[in-house]
Amino acid sequence: MELVLDAICTPSEDVVAREIEGELIIVPLAAGIGDAEDDLYTMNETGKAIWSRLDGKRTLRTVSAELAAEFNAHPEEIEKDVLGLMAELLRRKMVVVPPV
Amino acid sequence: MGRNVIHARKLKPQEFPFPRDMRSLLGQLDIELTERCNNNCLHCCINLPEDAAARNREMDTVFLLDILKQAADMGCLTVRFTGGEPLLRDDFVDLYLFTRRLGMQVIVFTNGRLITPELAALLAKYLPGKPLEISVYGMHPESYDAASGRKGAFREFRRGVERLQVHGVRFVVKGTILPPNRADMVEFEQWMTELGVENRRPRYSMNYDLRSRRDDPERNVRIEKLRLSPEETVSVLARNPRYVEEMREFCGKFIGPPGEKLFSCGAGHGACIDAYGRAQMCLPLRDPETVVDLHKTTLKSALTNTFPKLRETRATNPDYLARCARCFLKGLCEQCPAKSWMEHGTLDTPVEYLCGVAHAQAKQIGLIKEGERAWEVGDWKERRTRMMETKGK
Repeated sequence: MELVLDAICTPSEDVVAREIEGELIIVPLAAGIGDAEDDLYTMNETGKAIWSRLDGKRTLRTVSAELAAEFNAHPEEIEKDVLGLMAELLRRKMVVVPPV
Repeated sequence: MGRNVIHARKLKPQEFPFPRDMRSLLGQLDIELTERCNNNCLHCCINLPEDAAARNREMDTVFLLDILKQAADMGCLTVRFTGGEPLLRDDFVDLYLFTRRLGMQVIVFTNGRLITPELAALLAKYLPGKPLEISVYGMHPESYDAASGRKGAFREFRRGVERLQVHGVRFVVKGTILPPNRADMVEFEQWMTELGVENRRPRYSMNYDLRSRRDDPERNVRIEKLRLSPEETVSVLARNPRYVEEMREFCGKFIGPPGEKLFSCGAGHGACIDAYGRAQMCLPLRDPETVVDLHKTTLKSALTNTFPKLRETRATNPDYLARCARCFLKGLCEQCPAKSWMEHGTLDTPVEYLCGVAHAQAKQIGLIKEGERAWEVGDWKERRTRMMETKGK
């Protein structure tokens, strides 16, 4: 699936996201997520900032614009970051794109 | 923000649960869901029969869910369900799914007899995150049923294992060496290899604990007779061709006299909950003076108030101070407050059996000579150095 900035991504129901001691930890619940059953994932600050905005309402364009403003960064760079992360998380089935 | 930033990455094993300065208050929580068991194993230190009286005393579901929530709030990443036989609880599936949905991985200790097709399918769909751990009591109906004290148990255990295999659920197997199944060891190891289970090598129980609630002196006499001798223990351990090398490596890092402080282990850094809602510093330590009733206070209070104080406990028994406190085999020896309490009802009495096993192992790897008592060895550091120099030779 080709991701576009108008897409809305939401966390999959097959993962649980937890914040522990300031770290965002993604815990897979179902088979087929990640490389092995006991894998856990973490995200850097950028990843956390993106993940926290996946509320089922914001498009990836909105997410990018908010982050560009917050971090005083170039919108094109942020959009690239957001699309890159979403592609990775989609591949790992940690996020889904709900049907419109 | 910028190019070539990796935003999501897999946590490496050495990062669990995180670097020390960021470590959560509780990494793993052990919960004994019940002391009831559908087996009646000859050696068991805790089992109760499957009766209503035992069941009625146990934590109810609501209480357990609250404990699990408390654990998750403290950053716990792994919950181990054990027993007794944890699958005897009617609410096991509810507890399991609740735990997983809180984002905690689950380890289940079980004998496998109660694994239904439905449960295996559920475990395949909602992965535990850690392999199940299955205790094995023999490779034939005669040996297994005699060791487990239940006719027909072997057939149910094998059926449970097959159901896990059908659904691709990961598990490890752990052997138990008892008189009825001692002849099964080679067959067990072959079976383990054929199964392709996650164990790298066989694991055996053989140095059995006495009744951990000190509730059955007659049974304790029987359990003592089931223990392998120190020499037999070493011979079983040495079935691993790398045993000497691995033990030398281990001792190179972890031996040394413990001194007067009783808790040099990890007890109290985590918590174990018994079937009745009491928090213990470790699974076998049930001395009433060291447990916290979670009906009266929180798990966090146990971890931050009670356990740290208990961890400062110092030995006062002269025999312990003269021997264990000065013995450099600490690390190799399983002497600990829990074992001491089970055997003697105090936290600081030497357990002769464990002392014998540790000395037999130390002889095997060349740390002491025949007849030496390790607490009298003055040059233990030099011996450790020499031993490390011969590592792999």
